Amino acid sequence: MTTAPVVSSARGTLAVRIENLCRYYSMGETVIRAVDGVSVEIHAGEFVALLGSSGSGKSSVLNLIAGLDRPTSGSVVVQDRDLAKLSREELAKYRLHVVGMVFQSFNLIASMTLSENVELPLRFAEVDRSQRASLAREALERVGLRARMNHRPSELSGGEQQRAALARALINRPQLLLADEPTGNLDSHTGTEIMDMVRQFNRELGMTVVMVTHERALAERYAQRMIFLADGKLIDDRANASAVVDSRERGGRP
Amino acid sequence: MKIPDLTELALRNLRESLLRNSLTTVGISVGVASLVAMLSLGIGLQQLFSRRLAKSGLFDTVLVTSRRDVRGMGRDRDDPSGPTPAESRVLDESARQEIERLPNVLEAYPDIRFQPELRFEDKPYLEIVSALPASAKSNDAFEGMQGSFFSSDTAPEVILQKTFAEKLLGKTPARGIHETNVADLAKPLLGQELTMLYSQRAPSSTTPLAPAAGAAAPSDVDLIGSTYSVVYRELKLKIVGISDQDPESMRGPTRARVFLPLKLAESLHVIQPADLREVSRAAGNQPVYSSVSVRVKNPAQVQLVEDAVKKMGFGTFSILDASRGLQQVFRVLYAFLGIFGSLALIVSSIGIVNTLVMAILERRREIGIMKAIGASDGDVQKLFFAEAGAMGILGGIVGVVLGWAIGQLINFGTNIYLKSQSFPPEHFWAVPWWLVALAIGFSFLVSLVSGLYPAGRAARLDPVQALRYE
Repeated sequence: MTTAPVVSSARGTLAVRIENLCRYYSMGETVIRAVDGVSVEIHAGEFVALLGSSGSGKSSVLNLIAGLDRPTSGSVVVQDRDLAKLSREELAKYRLHVVGMVFQSFNLIASMTLSENVELPLRFAEVDRSQRASLAREALERVGLRARMNHRPSELSGGEQQRAALARALINRPQLLLADEPTGNLDSHTGTEIMDMVRQFNRELGMTVVMVTHERALAERYAQRMIFLADGKLIDDRANASAVVDSRERGGRP
Repeated sequence: MKIPDLTELALRNLRESLLRNSLTTVGISVGVASLVAMLSLGIGLQQLFSRRLAKSGLFDTVLVTSRRDVRGMGRDRDDPSGPTPAESRVLDESARQEIERLPNVLEAYPDIRFQPELRFEDKPYLEIVSALPASAKSNDAFEGMQGSFFSSDTAPEVILQKTFAEKLLGKTPARGIHETNVADLAKPLLGQELTMLYSQRAPSSTTPLAPAAGAAAPSDVDLIGSTYSVVYRELKLKIVGISDQDPESMRGPTRARVFLPLKLAESLHVIQPADLREVSRAAGNQPVYSSVSVRVKNPAQVQLVEDAVKKMGFGTFSILDASRGLQQVFRVLYAFLGIFGSLALIVSSIGIVNTLVMAILERRREIGIMKAIGASDGDVQKLFFAEAGAMGILGGIVGVVLGWAIGQLINFGTNIYLKSQSFPPEHFWAVPWWLVALAIGFSFLVSLVSGLYPAGRAARLDPVQALRYE
């Protein structure tokens, strides 16, 4: 388990450097260019939204940052490590210790209780049982689900499930929180609740957040920076003044 | 992932699809059960044979003969290191004592065996009589005997083998009916008198050169300068026991069906075939025996004792060779039973492959999630391995119990049949601990091998694809 704390003084340093990133899929004869030459730098502690319509390549970029997928060409460098050059085993370690992920469909394991779901990454990290239980309790406490820790996901509302997913994403204290349409399956009120929580983690834990969304309003409300993608290409990258005004402190972008 | 975590997760996953995994596990247990049943039958049969043979006292007995008598009796012929017949020793009393002093030897007693005329209710019978040492009392060959063993080693008493008892009573069993009840035979015979007419070898009381003229020596035999007289004698014997078993079955046609106490038989100095040949070589007046039975402390030491006796210049024979052949037969039997038993296990292993491949399809998303939150290929692979292994161990345990139960059931059924045919019940089913361990271990191994392909497939699953899949 990576115990290195996320240092807030690291703001301003690079968290993710994406260079000329390409990811092509071949579907029979045709080649689909899901990501086609994207270059972006994300700074530590930033809250970035990846925007675009469906099929724009935003989720593909997120999967590449998450180390779930490998680029066709180009590079994703996180903590001086080029993900494209890591072995499968090293990529798994990277996902385990550096990245936390939340998804549109929550992706909790249905057969497990909330606390078991939340502590699952700790099992992969081979953390002791006793320590696992207390860490899981702590994480669920943080998202306000302490009372629900022995419930199964199906017994919870969507918002509660997403909060549990957030707790799971945070359990290994990652530097990067990657969210793929985190409010897509939630009503606007619950969505706001989740986004407030994400912003809180961003600020309090100094976690770098990259969120994929197609809801511009959501991005404008929470993200410090908005990156627009279309057909796998970066078409716009700009700071979000309204979010910055909302913040108590300025983001790390120069 | 740590082993306890892995096991816990695996068992949890197995519980999730309880029916399917139970059915697969039942499949494995049927396979294991068939393996256990087959092998335990083989082992049980072998134990039954060994027990039977041990009971007969054949396994711990070495028959020692003067080499002259056993020429052509098997392996001695090809033994160039052994002494030639000319150098062979006379099997007399001093030799017997020497043999008895050998390590691992329990006792060595002469085989006294002759064919006197026996009279029962004035009817004559010719029958082979042999002498039994007092130690034969504990021999299982006299298990189930009616009456009692000899009251002393010198008592004028006799034990009859069942078939001879039938003959005495004129009760030849009808063809097809195998068994007559020994108790029925014992009732009219026990305590009855049997008269034995035999020829006694009496050492010439005077000088060998000048046989005394007298009524005491009706006939004198002069053999190469050595002389002894033959006296016809008569002895009244009390029937004390009827033996159900056939303690000398190994001897075939020369087996005795009438038994005397050893010391009594020795004191009779009945003329024996060996006398004629060996008397000239005997030192002094010692008795000479045609053969001596040596009882060894432990069947495992038979070979050692045989070798030691052979070095002394005697021929030996034991059932060891025969039992070696039997071991061979059982090894082949094991192999066959094992192969047939394993077939069912291999079939059920295909069930494991099927179940796990299904589980991968079903849990595709779950595998994707686990990978997304940091599970390595190895973690996923180990998880599927653990599931396969858990099914193997559970199936193995259930299978052993099932196999044991099947064995007991068949044993029970067979004993009912044996009983209806008036045979004694037998225990021919044995599940030793090593078979339990072997069966569970084998089941575990087979299930791991079955898990190889599904686990590898699960490990290679692309997480992006898996998460997209709904």
